[in-house]
Amino acid sequence: MYVYDAFDRTLVAERVSEFRGQVARRLSGELTEEEFKLLRLQNGVYLQLHAYMLRIAIPYGTLSSEQLRMLARIARRYDRGYGHFTTRQNIQFHWIKLEELPDAMAELASVGMHGMQTSGNNVRNITTDQWAGVAPDEIEDPRVWAEVIRQHVTLHPEFSFMPRKFKIAVGSSSHDRAALRIHDLAFRLHRNGSGETGFEVMVGGGLGRTPFLAKTIRPFLLKRDVLSYVEAVLRTYNQFGRRDNIWKARIKILVHDLGAETFAKEVETEWQGIKDGRLALDPAVVADVASRFVYPAYEALADSPPDLAQARRADRRFSTWVDNSVSNHKIPGYAIVTLSLKPEGGTPGDATAEQMDAIADLADRYSFGEIRVGHEQNLALPHVAQRDLFAVWRALDKIGVATSNVGLVSDIIACPGLDYCSLANARSIPVAQEITRRFRDRDLAHDLGRLHINISGCINACGHHHVGHIGILGVEKNGEEFYQLTIGGRADEEARLGTLIGPAVSYGEVADVVEDIVAAYLELRARPDEIFLETVERVGVEPFRERVYATR
Amino acid sequence: MTSPLDKKLKITGPVLITANRLADGAVIYRTAHGGWTTQFSGASVVNSAPAAIALLDAAIADDVGAVNAYVAPVKLDPDGRTRPGNLRELIRLAGPTIELPQAAELPVAAG
Amino acid sequence: MRLVKAGQVVEDRYVRVLDDAPIPEGVPVIVPAGRFLADAAEIASREGATGVLWPNNRKIAELAPHLDRLALVALEFPKFRDGRAYSQARLLREHYGFRGELRATGDVLRDQFMFLLRAGFDAFEVKKDADAAVFASEVTRKTVFYQPTGDGRVPAPRARLDGAEAPPVASRDEQVV
Repeated sequence: MYVYDAFDRTLVAERVSEFRGQVARRLSGELTEEEFKLLRLQNGVYLQLHAYMLRIAIPYGTLSSEQLRMLARIARRYDRGYGHFTTRQNIQFHWIKLEELPDAMAELASVGMHGMQTSGNNVRNITTDQWAGVAPDEIEDPRVWAEVIRQHVTLHPEFSFMPRKFKIAVGSSSHDRAALRIHDLAFRLHRNGSGETGFEVMVGGGLGRTPFLAKTIRPFLLKRDVLSYVEAVLRTYNQFGRRDNIWKARIKILVHDLGAETFAKEVETEWQGIKDGRLALDPAVVADVASRFVYPAYEALADSPPDLAQARRADRRFSTWVDNSVSNHKIPGYAIVTLSLKPEGGTPGDATAEQMDAIADLADRYSFGEIRVGHEQNLALPHVAQRDLFAVWRALDKIGVATSNVGLVSDIIACPGLDYCSLANARSIPVAQEITRRFRDRDLAHDLGRLHINISGCINACGHHHVGHIGILGVEKNGEEFYQLTIGGRADEEARLGTLIGPAVSYGEVADVVEDIVAAYLELRARPDEIFLETVERVGVEPFRERVYATR
Repeated sequence: MTSPLDKKLKITGPVLITANRLADGAVIYRTAHGGWTTQFSGASVVNSAPAAIALLDAAIADDVGAVNAYVAPVKLDPDGRTRPGNLRELIRLAGPTIELPQAAELPVAAG
Repeated sequence: MRLVKAGQVVEDRYVRVLDDAPIPEGVPVIVPAGRFLADAAEIASREGATGVLWPNNRKIAELAPHLDRLALVALEFPKFRDGRAYSQARLLREHYGFRGELRATGDVLRDQFMFLLRAGFDAFEVKKDADAAVFASEVTRKTVFYQPTGDGRVPAPRARLDGAEAPPVASRDEQVV
């Protein structure tokens, strides 16, 4: 993983010092809230229902064990003993005190962590997929490019006060695990006809009140041009994005209003002027960044060690877990282990300080000290030797992060919702909890197969409900919580927005409706291995609508 | 519920002014004596738009004591006791409606 | 409001001309954009330096043909969070090579000084006196930058390769670790 050097540390330390001064000026009244709000947002500090919330950046979802231990410490010392992993590979703490924040930030800075640009109208955490660097189908590690871009856009003087937030993602497999098409700007590494590696550039994705999928504006961009192209896109957006209406301020609206072609022309005009200047990437700079990604000293191991097969035969629960939570690694003899943060009845994506410490220890012992955070709000240990899988499973099971539900109906993605968030219209966590209870039957969950449920407590769509196989959106009607359901959304390389199946239903009915949708799927599917999404794509929404709303 | 920050001021029943304390973000209520309290029962409850606006203006002016002051509805019990007037205010007062993780215990291992 | 240049509070030599008012002779003036464009050659031919106040919702390309007549361009921050003028400033300095005074006006606050400097501004109509007084010290608080602008500072990715040492943390605040 990327190792900070003195430059990185100095930059973060200076930011902490600046924020300490800004907090002091706010507490004394020298700064008004209006002047301070955007400054604190630029450091990831929100005001929520009960307290301040601190969102800490986990660049491209990669954490060291030392960093995870620090997050546990922050949870204990400054919060209520737990944290929440988000759909953008960050972590949030919900009970933070403003006056303690400078100290918390100084502690985070000591391990190279910060909340810079996790909020505000700037470029946010640059995400990739949690299997970056270890997935077998990857062309090269997208995190190197995420880091190159991250540095460039951090505290960028020109792009810190844009019309609205700006989210960038980088991917490098044909199978998109990074949800590229729902980002403002996305780069997909691929090879062209001549075997060169470059980027497909996509712009204008985003969910929320007016969801859009990103459009390709340049099929192949050379690596040397990535920073100048980023600047050209941001400069175009900064100048021409709408600032009159917060709901129309994202770049997706600009791309839609101008048309992708016109937008692309504007960007290209700007880009032609700068592409051969200072921003042309020196391969030596890229090599330097890449060199500070430390990769493990893998052993030469064989796949499928016999002990593993034996352990699987001896323990059915272990075997089920391997099938569900363990994925292929590009290095023989190794595996990627997903840690489900979706226990039955739990809050999706939450982890206690104790769990964090235990996972950090396991990472040290079995994963070369590295942990990943996925946008599905699960964690991963990316470098586990197959021979260690049984021991790892036993340990994960003890701390409650070995639920064999990864990718299944109870692996729900949910925003914090009205229980925490001041933007919310409705609660999301208890809805998720009830659904997990309804589908607690392991055999049923496995029979249903891959089924992504996404829940958002308001139209801001932090739960990414538009791209859920089943999407649930909380709304308010006459002071009551109601929920709209969509089906057929997907966030991968064939990204699509879900379709509404009918009128909103009340809080008490949501889990019933989900059960009815699932029952309809079981009835309609062509074969047991046709997953829910495929059934929807084959038969359409109408058969589901009929069955679900027949008695409503 | 819908963010009160979006609403125009219209009073259809008893209301109070609530905010968050600047230093630590705690939920607070404007009192009749020009201060703040974390106790819901200590909140000044008013019944007219002019009274609410007066209370709100004073609250907003206290930029160092409180952040994000707004008008929130209040319900009256049959016995005249005041209660938070919607789910959002109930959650702000009583905390999340879900159980928070117990720091001391680890969850029971899943099946 | 205080005008800051070269880290110091200074007197403003320029006279702001309102839309319909006559343009005084023999003194440096700042003229609104529309007025200037309507009469550029005439205005520039007066005695006294010419400056223009350019709104943040007009393309700099429109002003570009006149830059050699201008001693000053003033750009606007109606609210500090409206960052369009940062792009305008960089275009003026780096694309069009403008060398005159580039002045930030409007909601210009201490917390944006470094960004403004790096974007190419060299004069600042600072909203609060207290902020103006600390300009010089404020801009020494940041020493590491990740990206190049026209200000000539070597960004960290390049400095690393050049073998430079990272500067020590600029602040004297106590840190809790």
